[in-house]
Amino acid sequence: MRPSAVRLLNILVPVKRAVDYAVKIRVNPQQTGVDLNVKHSMNPFDEIAVEEAVRLRERLKDAVKSIKVVTIGPPKASETLRTALAMGADSAIHVEIPESAPAPEPLGVAQALRAIIQREKEGAGVDLVIMGKQAIDDDAGQTGQMLAGLLGWGQATFASKVEVDAAAKTAVVMREIDGGSEEIRCRLPLVVTTDLRLNEPRYASLPNIMKAKKKPVEKLTAAELGVDFTPRLETLKVTEPPTRVGGGKVESVDELVAKLKEAGFSAV
Amino acid sequence: MSLSAVRRLRLCSLSLGASACIRTATCRPGPGRNAFSTSTPRCVMDMSVFTDAQLTVREAVNQVCSRFPNAYWREHDQNEQDPKEFHAALAKAGWLGIALPEELGGSGLGISEATMMMQTIAESGAGMAGAQAIHANVYATQPLAKFGTTEQLTTTIPNIISGKWRTCFGVTEPNAGLDTLRMSTFAKKQEDGSYRISGQKIWITCAQVASKMILLARTTPLEDVQKPSNGLSMFCIDIDRSAAGLELRKIKKMGGRAVDANEVFFDNYAVPANALVGQEGSGFKIILHGMNAERCLLAGEALGLGYAALNRATQYAQERVVFQRPIGQNQAIAHPLADAYMRLEGAKLATYHAADLYDKSKFDDTITQDAVGVACNSAKYMAAEAAFTACERAVLTHGGMGYAVDYDVERYFRECLVPRIAPVSREMILNYISEKVLHLPRSY
Repeated sequence: MRPSAVRLLNILVPVKRAVDYAVKIRVNPQQTGVDLNVKHSMNPFDEIAVEEAVRLRERLKDAVKSIKVVTIGPPKASETLRTALAMGADSAIHVEIPESAPAPEPLGVAQALRAIIQREKEGAGVDLVIMGKQAIDDDAGQTGQMLAGLLGWGQATFASKVEVDAAAKTAVVMREIDGGSEEIRCRLPLVVTTDLRLNEPRYASLPNIMKAKKKPVEKLTAAELGVDFTPRLETLKVTEPPTRVGGGKVESVDELVAKLKEAGFSAV
Repeated sequence: MSLSAVRRLRLCSLSLGASACIRTATCRPGPGRNAFSTSTPRCVMDMSVFTDAQLTVREAVNQVCSRFPNAYWREHDQNEQDPKEFHAALAKAGWLGIALPEELGGSGLGISEATMMMQTIAESGAGMAGAQAIHANVYATQPLAKFGTTEQLTTTIPNIISGKWRTCFGVTEPNAGLDTLRMSTFAKKQEDGSYRISGQKIWITCAQVASKMILLARTTPLEDVQKPSNGLSMFCIDIDRSAAGLELRKIKKMGGRAVDANEVFFDNYAVPANALVGQEGSGFKIILHGMNAERCLLAGEALGLGYAALNRATQYAQERVVFQRPIGQNQAIAHPLADAYMRLEGAKLATYHAADLYDKSKFDDTITQDAVGVACNSAKYMAAEAAFTACERAVLTHGGMGYAVDYDVERYFRECLVPRIAPVSREMILNYISEKVLHLPRSY
């Protein structure tokens, strides 16, 4: 058989273990952060990123050579990797940090991801990074952009549609922007960050959960990657927002308008 | 979209799916998939005893169940409508093969994991109706997988796992309930090796929608056998509702109305020779293989129902304000719920111990089948009683609202009688423990 002209695509998907979106978060008594002794699951935007990588493979078939997921987190973050593997990723890297260590900041994460991508160059390399646009715990929303900057790659953030031409090594990405959407054409390698409407992630089926147990997970440390996760920011205090107090009731629209005028509002 | 926006999205999806002031942990509008994974934020059950495998099962099954909120089950119960979408969704995600061998397309997990699956289903609000739509496909296939020929397995099991065929379990008869050995349904061998079946079965769940039945019938008359347990044979037969000699009649019942229960009449119903599973005459031993497993699954289902009721009652006790304070502040409300919690926790430990013992007995010869039987029967008994207590108190906690269909606890209450009665009554378990464990003289 003639060697295929299609160039193969290697995808990296960073995922984060975060407090489950359905949990009602509470500030801890020491006021240093939120109570973390609650249910955790994969950051929803990362779930969308994994789903998009798996769908790319379903569309492009063999042109997608590998889907690797990576997480930086405590030992329990391995559950998040297993979820991603059950959804369809091939292999995983776990950069383990101690349970008690502070959460790495976006720059540290981006540096670690860069180190992993450089390490992968010894093998097949990475052509495309698909990651959540933000994590729902700290809502920083910076890592994807920082990673693209560190690598000198293109970036397509807040993606609501991703089309990749593996042979031409290009991608067309629809971005969600204020007031509408924007379509951009990019060259690979590329960092894509996912928005909510990109797709609806699948459930892992039981056979795939079983298969995921046998997929390889490589463990690494910050030292092995030559990165330092020491935070540059200091959290002084975390407090609950003040409870909302109910407003007054008015009898009629006229009264409402009068009250609004009184408060300094006027029709434009 | 920010963190708070994500949480708001979730909150509004919750309130859309439920009528005023009814919110349950897993109640979500179906049928679409929410963008994110699901969870049961408000579950009082202690999770520390569960294995990683069990927790994985719980999480993943919950994701499927979250598409079928209480409203779905309420409606299907009221309309006596088969939950076929639910069966199809679980089949599609591979769950029907949880305890079947990997070479047949199953996942090769144990009864410990299958019990957790059934508990999770019942607990999601699906109750016994949801469980009964599924569980025969899990336990009735166990003896088939163990004793069936390669041909029987490869033609049947993959179709059951994929959900193409559903199966039901045909043992109970109107004149031989617990006294299984006196059953009179007879499979008469013909000259060409095929069989003609005549007789009557009762309480056959899902017979209206099943394509297959695991059937126990006499092949040698009771008078001609040395021991009553001889002369019974197990068959895996087609349910061809258009064929001569087969009639099904639905039984109207108290709870679990979404799934059909039937009287099944055979009158010279023809089945081919290859429907026989295992050796002719050894059917009782073969079918016993599935019975301890069934007890574990039923115990899990009872627990699920009990915790669902307790969660709802606890939530209501916190939210309902009378005399300017939540009713849960009154010990008359709180203490019965605290008591129900401890009963459920105790039954939970007994249930997962029994399931563990069942699984281990396959590899460990020091675990006798009697020990497994005692553990499984005890677990079923305790879980059913604990569930009954929790469901009854959930109704009472809700007061008048507990009697209203919209609050779901009346449905749980109606359904929680099932594990008390089936697959073996409380009284027969007490007899069994008196005789086998306490060595007291047999009373019957």
